[in-house]
Amino acid sequence: MIPLLLISIPLLSGLAVLLLKDSPASKALALVSSIATLALALVAVFSKGALHYDAAWLPALGSRFSLMQDGMAKMLCLLTAISFPVVFAATYNNSYQKSGAFYGLMLLTQAGLMGVFLASDALLFYFFWELALIPVYFLCSIWGGERRIAVTFKFFIYTFIGSLLMLIGILYVYSKTADHSFALESFYHVKLMAKEQAYVFALFFIAFAIKMPIFPLHTWQPDAYEQSPTATTMILSGVMVKMGIYAVIRWLLPMVPDAVSGHAMFVIILSVTGMIYASLIAIRQDDIKRLIAYSSIAHIGLMCAAIFVQNRIGLEGVMIQMFNHGVNVIGLWIVADVIEQQLGTRKMSELGGLAQKAPVLAVLLVLMALANVALPLTNAFVGEFLMFNGLFQYNVWITAIAGISIILAAVYTLNMIQKVFYGQVAEKVTNAVDLSFNTQLALGILVVLVLVMGLYPQPMINLTKDTVDAIFVQR
Amino acid sequence: MNAIIVSALMGVVMMLSGIIFQNKSLMKHLAAAGLIVLLVANLLQSYGKYVIQVDTHNLLHFEQFGIFFNTIAIVATLIYVLLSGKDIENTGVHPAEYFALVFFVLCGVTILTSFNGLLMLFLGVEIMSIPLYILTGADKKNLKSNEASLKYLLMGSFSTGIMLMGIALIYGGSGSFGINPGTPEMTVGGIPKVSFLTVSGLILLFVSMCFKVSAAPFHFWTPDVYDGAPSVFTSFMATVVKAAGFFAFMRLFESQSELMGATWKILLSFVIIATLLIGNITAVFQQSVKRMLAYSSIAQAGFMLFALYAGNDLAKEGILLYAAAYSLATIGVFAVLIKMKDYTLDGFNGLAKTQPVLALATTICLLSLSGIPLTAGFFAKYYMLAAVVKAGGALWIVIVAVLYAAVSVYYYFRVIQAMYFKEGTAETSEITGGFKVGLLLVAGLIVLIGLLPSVLLNYFYF
Repeated sequence: MIPLLLISIPLLSGLAVLLLKDSPASKALALVSSIATLALALVAVFSKGALHYDAAWLPALGSRFSLMQDGMAKMLCLLTAISFPVVFAATYNNSYQKSGAFYGLMLLTQAGLMGVFLASDALLFYFFWELALIPVYFLCSIWGGERRIAVTFKFFIYTFIGSLLMLIGILYVYSKTADHSFALESFYHVKLMAKEQAYVFALFFIAFAIKMPIFPLHTWQPDAYEQSPTATTMILSGVMVKMGIYAVIRWLLPMVPDAVSGHAMFVIILSVTGMIYASLIAIRQDDIKRLIAYSSIAHIGLMCAAIFVQNRIGLEGVMIQMFNHGVNVIGLWIVADVIEQQLGTRKMSELGGLAQKAPVLAVLLVLMALANVALPLTNAFVGEFLMFNGLFQYNVWITAIAGISIILAAVYTLNMIQKVFYGQVAEKVTNAVDLSFNTQLALGILVVLVLVMGLYPQPMINLTKDTVDAIFVQR
Repeated sequence: MNAIIVSALMGVVMMLSGIIFQNKSLMKHLAAAGLIVLLVANLLQSYGKYVIQVDTHNLLHFEQFGIFFNTIAIVATLIYVLLSGKDIENTGVHPAEYFALVFFVLCGVTILTSFNGLLMLFLGVEIMSIPLYILTGADKKNLKSNEASLKYLLMGSFSTGIMLMGIALIYGGSGSFGINPGTPEMTVGGIPKVSFLTVSGLILLFVSMCFKVSAAPFHFWTPDVYDGAPSVFTSFMATVVKAAGFFAFMRLFESQSELMGATWKILLSFVIIATLLIGNITAVFQQSVKRMLAYSSIAQAGFMLFALYAGNDLAKEGILLYAAAYSLATIGVFAVLIKMKDYTLDGFNGLAKTQPVLALATTICLLSLSGIPLTAGFFAKYYMLAAVVKAGGALWIVIVAVLYAAVSVYYYFRVIQAMYFKEGTAETSEITGGFKVGLLLVAGLIVLIGLLPSVLLNYFYF
């Protein structure tokens, strides 16, 4: 029942908020609903064993409305459930035109995201994969920046092409299942020849590679992150990219293991190239949003590489890092949002000396930034350590090259902190005030998570243990 | 049988009521009532109750599949009349005759769903097409309408001539007009031992059917005719008539295709790729939404051709679902288009502010045409793709189709963008509350079928 509620609550409250139009009640209802979803997600996390929900849907097609919540899904639902109240709290004082529509669409996105993480039926998975995209399309196109229409259109069509190719892959595997069903288990038991596996791998992986994104299919991302309203960017990079990584672990690895082994080196090389490439570009960025966007590509590249090394420790690292990266990147976006709302600019060249005006913001930002660099004691360190460990076991040289990206991350992150917060107080900064309470609360929660997960990550490892076990038992 | 007779009778009734009743606005209500009577008569046939028993000497064969398609066509026409009835009245001087012609087209459609011989195919195609020539030219004062009508008449007659030649050749080669020739003997190399006359006849027949459903490279009449005809009738032509054409196409080549052997699939792939290419790429460049919809209907025809390519059970269910989904969505979009004063993309700017209900309904219809999940169009496309994958054969054609579907998203979404994201004052002619309710029902039906396609398909299997 819980998985169904995790989807229904955001869905129904989203529709309700859409009907509430612009009243202040819409914001409050959105916040309350997201907190309710968070409570449910916590209940799910602390329940033992995997949670299921199953109902008939399209018997003629062999598709059921079946949801499954194992360790990885619990962790990702928790991430989604934490992100939304934090995002709403942090942006509570922002005023959006047609706020009813804005919050309604955000909640509908949450419903779609939950559905992707919970679906254990391929057709249902495809449904939610597409449905998560539609509200985001409207969100970015109505409330975004100047070039929003063209950029969001490109984002939508790019992702849609990937999804359609995935649909062909799903149809192909479905036609080979023994019992003509779309169920996850049936897909796992399909025996494909090596050549078929290669095709299916290509079709699915293109879709996931566009979503994550992996170099060279990443060109939609910096523009889309820059032009979308920052609340949506938080969700896009905090949760939506995890859809791609989750899908690789859930749908790709167990289904076409031979193709994964065969293509692993190619994918790892692409990921590592993306890491270095994106980090180098991030160093040259002036716009804070673009910098964080490129930094995100680098982090995701590492996660993708760590999956394809196909060893246990790498995968455990990815599990933790999915959660941690979500937390960290949302924290960075909150800072970017605060700067943009207060000072009206995102350009680092126009900023400086913000620490003198907003000390609390500076402290919280520095902590989030150090988490981005993966300093020990922060959550990202644990994840990156495990992932690099996994990478090392696969190939030393690749690990060395990937390690350069840590140094580059330090370069651009510390550069950003220095330019924005320290040095002389710039013109635009003179009127800055410190954080309002709601933003402090939101950032505070994230910083606490950063430190707690950095010091005591074991519970999270235990939570996702069953998924990792399942994958490695199969192999 | 019921449907054929009742639709012809209804046509005559409409013609006579045009003379008897002076009140022009009564006509659309009469037509709607007539369609309901037709629907009931058609449903009665599926229970075996005939209005008049006629011995067709095996020239017509009625089966569940065909009767269900009749139902879809009649319901689509009913929705069309309810939504656009007023606009049909405003098109020309004699609304009763337009409705009469619509009924005669339906008569042709019902023959096409039940033909069992090539001569009946010819009759059905002609009965369906000739009223359309007249309807295309209904707006007599408009030069474009006259031009479109003449073009349609000339090219349609030409293609009918080709069809007749094909039928004659098939008769010469195989000695009968039947459409169930049975599996031919194969030579050692796998080539069917069939007279070359039969095969040439089949190819000519294929060409003329491709013309009727506007598959490339025989689609050249479509944009001009759809654009020139009054939009109300374009709506009818692009949906019910095209779907009926496909049904006849499938029915005809279900068993005939074996006679052509391996060349059938090659021929068909060429036509499908050409259709998708021309339909989608040209639609991208259109500035007029009406012309864009005309080209997009060519692209949708390309997708429907997959049902012919696959030729299995899934394909048959798929063509029904595709016909229903495509007709509903296109009728919806055209119903709104007819009300717009400016047919270009810029004319739609800001429609979401001035007419939110219309914008929402149009968006759902466009999402269905693009194949986004939660709408009927998604399952329609899904069935087509699944049918081809199940039939085996190369995946490459599916991948190409899917890439073109992504292209189609571009031009459909441009309309959504104009409505929601661009500033402007979209002007429409008068919108009644009943129209909005009707549109919302159509949109709701699309979403319902998109969630539970079994609602439609279980009915087929009863």
